[in-house]
Amino acid sequence: MNMNLTLIGQAISFAIFVWFCLKYVWPPVLKALEERESRIADGLAAAERGKHELELAEQRAGDVIRDGKDKAQDFITQAQKRADEIVEAAKATAREEAERIKAAASAEIEQNRNQARDELRAQVARLAVSGAEQILMREVDEKAHREVLDKLAANL
Amino acid sequence: MAAGSPAEYISHHIQNLTWGKHPDGTWGFAHGPQEAAEMGFMAINVDTMFWSLLTGVVFCWLFRKVAVSASVEKPSRWQHCVELVFEMVVGSVRDAFHGHNKIIGPLALTIFVWIFLMNLMDLVPVDFVPYVSHLVGIEYMKMVPTTDVNATFGMSLSVFALMIYYGIKVKGPGGFLGELAFHPFGKALLPVNLVLETVSLIAKPLSLSLRLFGNMFAGELVFVLIAALVPFWLQWALSVPWAIFHILVITLQAYIFMMLTIVYLSQSHESHDSH
Repeated sequence: MNMNLTLIGQAISFAIFVWFCLKYVWPPVLKALEERESRIADGLAAAERGKHELELAEQRAGDVIRDGKDKAQDFITQAQKRADEIVEAAKATAREEAERIKAAASAEIEQNRNQARDELRAQVARLAVSGAEQILMREVDEKAHREVLDKLAANL
Repeated sequence: MAAGSPAEYISHHIQNLTWGKHPDGTWGFAHGPQEAAEMGFMAINVDTMFWSLLTGVVFCWLFRKVAVSASVEKPSRWQHCVELVFEMVVGSVRDAFHGHNKIIGPLALTIFVWIFLMNLMDLVPVDFVPYVSHLVGIEYMKMVPTTDVNATFGMSLSVFALMIYYGIKVKGPGGFLGELAFHPFGKALLPVNLVLETVSLIAKPLSLSLRLFGNMFAGELVFVLIAALVPFWLQWALSVPWAIFHILVITLQAYIFMMLTIVYLSQSHESHDSH
């Protein structure tokens, strides 16, 4: 256990190693460690952000779907309403047409009836005249009795 | 290597390879403990210097290699090991050091790894290297630098110098001396304070180096004793358990040296008044 120059040699080498470590080992390793730490922190923050964004997107998607459903419902309601309207309009048109046809038909019938009645009346007048001729056995002056005959025909 | 009696074997194994100035004025290697002691202070333990420099260079090379290629994304296995040690040191400094000083981290890292590597030499079987060096003509070879009291004192006195330097730098000469003079009993008992504080200040580097030296020397001595006294076919039964136990000791001693250095330097950075 002799104290000798080794003591000083050891102190010098110790100082050199500490200096080397301080200068060339400590900074790069510490930098790498700190960079990794910050990267991990960044990654975690990004994951958190991503999760949040996903939640927002899901919410947005839900809104869009709900909106779409509402709109579709509106469309269906509108379409139904429109269809009802069309049906109603068609019914009304059909009814009008039917009325019109009926009116035309009854007018025609009326006309035919009047015509037939007129013809019948004329025939009856003629028959009455010829009957009266035969009964009277003599010539009736048609021209003289026209007024009477027409009155008769009109009363038939 | 049972060349001679167990006592000779043991004393051979605890003798450093010393190169220095003989009493007659010539320089050369000491042949035996007697000559080494006569050289006094003007001598150097070549084996201690060689192994401590080698382990120190290995430490620098290894850590520098990792530091240069340090990858954030894909750390290599070596980088993992280095980072493990690194983070342990950073954590210890963060826990125990309450000042601001950028030398503490590298200092603690160097102390821990270097002492660990020097202690690790203890696990090399006691006769391997001495036998080889004997074959090439080197008489003594003690390959665990921390079993040399010069090595441990070299480190602890360096730490002591840093303690005093930062004590004076942070607190000023007056503050530093005031701490020695006015604690723990106040101004009335100044001489008592001075004696107590000086003793406790001096005890710090002393205990730091002697703890490490004592543990490692004793551990090495046990290995040497086993090798000297137990027949070779039975030595494993004692040396293997002791070596396994010693893995714990060498790590623990490196850790204690590092931790106490951090604590002592932390004390130099803060005044007693703040407690």
